[in-house]
Amino acid sequence: MLDKEEMKKIKQLKKEWENNVVQKTLERFPERKNKLVTGSGKEVERLYTPVNLEGSDYNKELNFPGQYPYTRGVQPTMYRGRFWTMRQYAGFGTAEESNKRYKYLLDQGQTGLSVAFDLPTQIGYDSDHTMSLGEVGKVGVAIDSLKDMEMLFNGIPLDKVSTSMTINAPATVLLAMYIAVAEKQGISPDKLKGTIQNDILKEYIARGTYIFPPAPSMRLITNIFEFCFKEMPLWNTISISGYHIREAGATAVQEVAFTLADGIAYVDAAIKIGLKVDDFAPRLSFFFNAHNDLLEEVAKFRAARRLWAKIMKERFGVKNEKSLMLRFHTQTAGCTLTAQQADNNIARVTIQALAAVLGGTQSLHTNSRDEALALPAEDSVRIALRTQQVLAYESGVTETVDPLAGSYYVETLTNEIEKQALEYIERIDKLGGVTQAIEKGFIQQEIQNSAYQYQKDIEEGKRIVVGVNKFKINEGSPKGLLKVNPEVGRKQIEELKKLKEERDNYKVKENLKLLEKAAKTDANLMPLILDCVKSYATLGEICDVLRSVFGEYKESVKL
Amino acid sequence: MEGKKIRVLIAKPGLDGHDRGAKVVARALRDAGMEVIYTGLRQTPEQIVETAIQEDVDVIGLSILSGAHTHLFPKIMELLKENNIEDIVVIGGGVIPEEDIPELRKVGIAGIFTPGTDTHDIIKFIREKVK
Amino acid sequence: MEIVEKITNGDRRAAAKLITLVENNFNQAQEILKKLYNYTGKALVIGLTGPPGSGKSTVTDKITKILRGQGKTVGIIAIDPASPFTGGALLGDRIRMQDLSLDKGVFIRSMSTRGHLGGLSQATQATVKILDALGKDIIIIETVGVGQSEVDIVKVADTVVLISMPGMGDDVQIIKAGIMEIGDIFVINKADKEGCERLATEIEMMLDLNQNSRWRPPVLKTIATDNVGIKKLLEEIDRHIKFLKESGELEQRRRDSAKKEIFDLIREQWKEILSTFIDNGFLDKIVTKIVKREEDPYTAVEKLSSILVHSYTQGGIKNDRKD
Repeated sequence: MLDKEEMKKIKQLKKEWENNVVQKTLERFPERKNKLVTGSGKEVERLYTPVNLEGSDYNKELNFPGQYPYTRGVQPTMYRGRFWTMRQYAGFGTAEESNKRYKYLLDQGQTGLSVAFDLPTQIGYDSDHTMSLGEVGKVGVAIDSLKDMEMLFNGIPLDKVSTSMTINAPATVLLAMYIAVAEKQGISPDKLKGTIQNDILKEYIARGTYIFPPAPSMRLITNIFEFCFKEMPLWNTISISGYHIREAGATAVQEVAFTLADGIAYVDAAIKIGLKVDDFAPRLSFFFNAHNDLLEEVAKFRAARRLWAKIMKERFGVKNEKSLMLRFHTQTAGCTLTAQQADNNIARVTIQALAAVLGGTQSLHTNSRDEALALPAEDSVRIALRTQQVLAYESGVTETVDPLAGSYYVETLTNEIEKQALEYIERIDKLGGVTQAIEKGFIQQEIQNSAYQYQKDIEEGKRIVVGVNKFKINEGSPKGLLKVNPEVGRKQIEELKKLKEERDNYKVKENLKLLEKAAKTDANLMPLILDCVKSYATLGEICDVLRSVFGEYKESVKL
Repeated sequence: MEGKKIRVLIAKPGLDGHDRGAKVVARALRDAGMEVIYTGLRQTPEQIVETAIQEDVDVIGLSILSGAHTHLFPKIMELLKENNIEDIVVIGGGVIPEEDIPELRKVGIAGIFTPGTDTHDIIKFIREKVK
Repeated sequence: MEIVEKITNGDRRAAAKLITLVENNFNQAQEILKKLYNYTGKALVIGLTGPPGSGKSTVTDKITKILRGQGKTVGIIAIDPASPFTGGALLGDRIRMQDLSLDKGVFIRSMSTRGHLGGLSQATQATVKILDALGKDIIIIETVGVGQSEVDIVKVADTVVLISMPGMGDDVQIIKAGIMEIGDIFVINKADKEGCERLATEIEMMLDLNQNSRWRPPVLKTIATDNVGIKKLLEEIDRHIKFLKESGELEQRRRDSAKKEIFDLIREQWKEILSTFIDNGFLDKIVTKIVKREEDPYTAVEKLSSILVHSYTQGGIKNDRKD
């Protein structure tokens, strides 16, 4: 870095530049606003220089990719070795329809699967439950039993693809089903690669698809940690998520802070039940949002990596270097996409995807242009996938590692985000940890306040959304949107009836009873859930047993 | 500040857990001087209607992003009718495709506010409809 | 009167509409309330107050479930603060009482602290009567209890339960605002949190200072979310009601409550009378004099009062004083 004398000189020259050159320009035309801010509302200076990074230490703060504190990336060669996994979140209607979409995406060059389940499945209800009326197959695929899961992966070799499943409260059940399907394909669990989202804390905070109260939910989560450590070494046991927290309205700093705070809570929970941190930490993964402000987002990813590494080292004293690495999946920000002039969303997604790539993501989902209107139509999702492929093959940003490092602005932002996120984490610590903070409504209120401010900024014209509060046109109705077959609900209910007639109901009953018994102890429930699943107990039946033992979560709302 | 208060029930019917919009609208209505009853997630049509009766609301605002509006909105309107309630203004928002709107209007939903809506438009609409 | 008949026959909608009328047009509501009065007096009124986050709504929810199990019907008035700037309010107490929303034996009404022509106290007391006439055996008034007006409302109750929780920083927040004196039962909710014992001791010490009362308020510990201690709370409420009846205090409380209501109503009536006699222009002139130090407020009001009495006795408004 530059020495003290050089810094002094630059400081002085900058002042002169501002007083003379800039001042003259401002007199001719002022800047667009008195204050210019990042997407998250942080004030941005006119110019960043080495002075902003005075006192910085490359080896300490940046170092090299694949080396602590991993600011520059978790792998030494990053995309020079292998591109990020292109993994489009998909699923709708019946298992059969989703299976078709998965095959299409794999054909088109996607390199990993990502399963979207419908709301009844996510909340542990079968398709014939009263709460499922009107919801079956609408936001994802309907899975009632192993039979549906078999159909979902029909013809897809599970030893050749890695699968990410966005499932949280009933994660144990869907993971068990996945294992059972693989077994039927002759593949042992230790060969399976993928991720299960399994992050209940963010459900309480921002997403809402919870079932059980916090304590038993943590138990199920750590059951998965323990089970996978023994049986599935290649499987990511959790995807600690900031995406949804950001979508709910959080700022970049809040996204990092609350996500890492959740991570700390999970590590604490696992240690509490006797797991050794280096046994499970290497298989923790994360999931972030890629929002509009390109440079702020890049800084955010780098800050998250560095902060997590420090937390794992200093707070938890990990010895395995894999435990220090924050590996993450990214999704571009759905909340920024508009219903108006939907094709513009392609441009937005491109910028956001670029941020994720420049930020060093391990895998990426790009939203489709019709995000604000419906689930992706086939041609829309193809464009979204192509966006990733253009970035990978044509943009050149993949040819070197962490290309934006050293930018005075980006490094300053990285430092600031890390600092402010840490302050939030300390506040949460004072409140007694994440579960306490959620109960008190602290995290939810912070997010709600940011969300409200965001909306006000749009309505006051301080924040421009192209096509919505500026550059509007008169549009016709959108065409070619995906429509979920309304018969899905009826079909699933029929299939359920058939299933219950054809299976060995005695065996199902026995397995469910054993599960109930075990749930009342602190045994690991995965093996018992596997037995239930293999005998074709339904998701709803299994979750109802757990409901009867664990109870249901009551929302904590602080307006 | 004195005088007739407009009372609004903001409800999230069904299993959809995305409440950012509902909460932003609730707060905006509060800032516009209205009394807002927010009942949280996973409301059944029966719960929504019963709450509307006890709280004697002027408006019910339904927020849904899961596509289940095609079943849930008409069900709610049906229950209101069964209870002989004709004077509550029912509005909706969320991810509701344009082509579904005519059907919803037919069963009595007075207005649908889709993504990109300015909260002031909702406030204006409510003030005009509630006299 | 039709609406009275509807309400006494259990028509929830009619009751709800009357409550709205009470809030928006008390004079009109009053006419109906007159007719309704004879159907009131059966319900027991429990006041529940505590700082935000202490779990009042959860306690209310749990108490109600047990009462329902005992075959009793319940009315709940959940009062939340309104914005002092816009007058609007976010009323979210119902969220903690989800299961009750479909129980026909339970009626829940959310109310804000502002915008009641006639004041919150008046509106609440009228709502209690309406729910009483609707047939509710127990009426629970739940308030945040940080403002004086909310403290007033709770005085309307037969039994007042004060809820606190450990670790709020200001551990004995309830000692402030003169609320301690009105508590008949003290509950420390979220009793599994650190600081519970200390808080209990502090409350007991405060209660030791007030030895003249014949009723020594019990200090109970609950974990409402786990239903711990709720049955005991109800038993203590029952014990308190029994005490009130046997000692004659219930009669005294009802008398105090009626007296308070008289004064609340009179105060509101005279405020209204004042505004019909004194238009804003005249009032503004008085205000200017006071601000300019041309007249002191005490003299100004004395003058106003005599103008008022003079105008009133000249027969300007309805004069139905019946002895």
